Amino acid sequence: MDVALLVQVVLNGLMLGALYACIAVGFSLVWGVLNIINMLHGSLIVLAGYLTCSLWTEAHIHPFASLIPVGLVIGVGAAVLQFVLINRVVQQPVLTTLTLTFGLDMILYNLMNSVFDATPRRVTLDLGRVTLGEVVLPWDRIAAMLVALALTALLYGILRGSRLGRAIVAVRMDREAASLMGIRVPRIYALTFGLGAFMAGVCGALLSIVYPITTNATGQLLGKAFIVCVVGGLGTVPGALVGGLALGVTESLGSHWFGPQAAALLGFALMLALLVVRPTGLLGRKGYE
Amino acid sequence: MASHWRRIGIGLWLLGVAAAPLSGDNYVIKIATFVAFYGALALSWNFIGGYAGYPSFATAAFVGLGSYAGALCQNAGVPMVLSWGLAAGVTAIAAAALGFVVLRLRGHYFAIGSIALVEILSLIASWWSGLTGGGEGLNVTILPGGPVFIARFFLYAMLAIVVLALVATVLVERGRLGFGLRCIAQNEDAAEMVGVPTTLYKVLAFVLSGVFCGAAGAAYASWVAYIAPTDAFSILLTVKVPVMVLLGGPGTVFGPLLGSSALVLLEETVWARFLEFHQAILGAVIVALIFFLPGGLLGLAGRVRKSA
Repeated sequence: MDVALLVQVVLNGLMLGALYACIAVGFSLVWGVLNIINMLHGSLIVLAGYLTCSLWTEAHIHPFASLIPVGLVIGVGAAVLQFVLINRVVQQPVLTTLTLTFGLDMILYNLMNSVFDATPRRVTLDLGRVTLGEVVLPWDRIAAMLVALALTALLYGILRGSRLGRAIVAVRMDREAASLMGIRVPRIYALTFGLGAFMAGVCGALLSIVYPITTNATGQLLGKAFIVCVVGGLGTVPGALVGGLALGVTESLGSHWFGPQAAALLGFALMLALLVVRPTGLLGRKGYE
Repeated sequence: MASHWRRIGIGLWLLGVAAAPLSGDNYVIKIATFVAFYGALALSWNFIGGYAGYPSFATAAFVGLGSYAGALCQNAGVPMVLSWGLAAGVTAIAAAALGFVVLRLRGHYFAIGSIALVEILSLIASWWSGLTGGGEGLNVTILPGGPVFIARFFLYAMLAIVVLALVATVLVERGRLGFGLRCIAQNEDAAEMVGVPTTLYKVLAFVLSGVFCGAAGAAYASWVAYIAPTDAFSILLTVKVPVMVLLGGPGTVFGPLLGSSALVLLEETVWARFLEFHQAILGAVIVALIFFLPGGLLGLAGRVRKSA
């Protein structure tokens, strides 16, 4: 096989993988800290993408300018939702919490379809491209990848360095002990959920620059978050990064060799195999659930 | 719930569904068939989700597998009812094999793994277009005999599957398997320690939760005479069925029947008028169920009786 083509496919996979990592890092945070599988994640991404597109077409606000505000709107909304509603059942078994977030997802999905519609839309920036020999990299994809990586790094920094981040990690490790140390656990839960949704929001904004975005994709996006979380390991930012890049490259190569449907199948098969062989993921630690 | 109340409830339910043709209205018969279809699925889910306490979202995987297996058998010339039986067998074998893999997982990982089964089978069905017709779907031979006969035939076929699932539920509940599964639901490690063969029992529960779904899926495929990957392996279905059981009362015999018929009837009477907000209303029902009816309708009946 042609080397330049292979390099192109792998680079495409890495650019896609950075976005996957960004999608999964918020999902993984919520799962790791709140012990909730947030079925809303895919819809939050699409909602942010829709908002970004609307701001671009209606008000000519550049996606890179609306990125953070859109993320904040989604994050604050989600934090309120967590504080008012989900916190009440956060201790319940997974069947309850998953079903609840699925119910909320159905409401949001339906509202998005009636306020907007399911027509795919994207922000076309046309920033030109870089050509390295036979390898072609569009600037909008490079920019989306870099912003995704920067935001993932920012989240890592918040978790490692800030008081809020240390409190989140403390709650994840031992809820009771954290509560005894004076951390207000319900508030941390709400902030964590908000932070996860913020990451979903910025991802949606970035995705809308690179791919057409539609409400029909909510399930697929959620599926990517599942896979990355399981492959990379739960509750760690580096895990989500490794898992995201691994999935991006796997899908890109799989799609090149066997076609796009087989690539999606490959992702899920990889996840199921890893779940069985190594449920803690590539970078996960045992007992970190 | 006292056992005579339970028997009366189940008897009334079966009579009500069986009496639908008396109305002479094909729409009523169709609703009753749906009530029976979902009743069978809810009873099936109850084995793994209710008794064993495993948060399974694999229902659509079994339904889809059964409908494809049944449709393919039927199109290959196997008589219809026999092909449903074959579909149930295929689903049972697949459930045993897949169960052996995913039942090693617990809690959140099991939930995700079971959703992955639905996704994987759905992707295979759209990918393997030589066998399944891919995304365009598969036509199934239509039963001759005219619409009135067909409507009644499939109503009683679904009802027969419900009765089989009910018999299985009662047998499991009274036997060692039911006792073992309830132990697993409470504390799997302790159950293992006192000698409950946990792996075997979990796989059995998974097979039971698959086999009737497979039969019902195959019957459904013959009824509507057309299946496609997105309908057969619908994520909505896979969540709706556990919701029905939660609505009725998990881990009971009558709860799944009560919950599934309540949701189907609610769907048809109330929110068929708001088609555009169909999903949002179902979502709101789910949210309300979790906050206001944590023990399901049967739990509510128990609470009312206690306070009276």
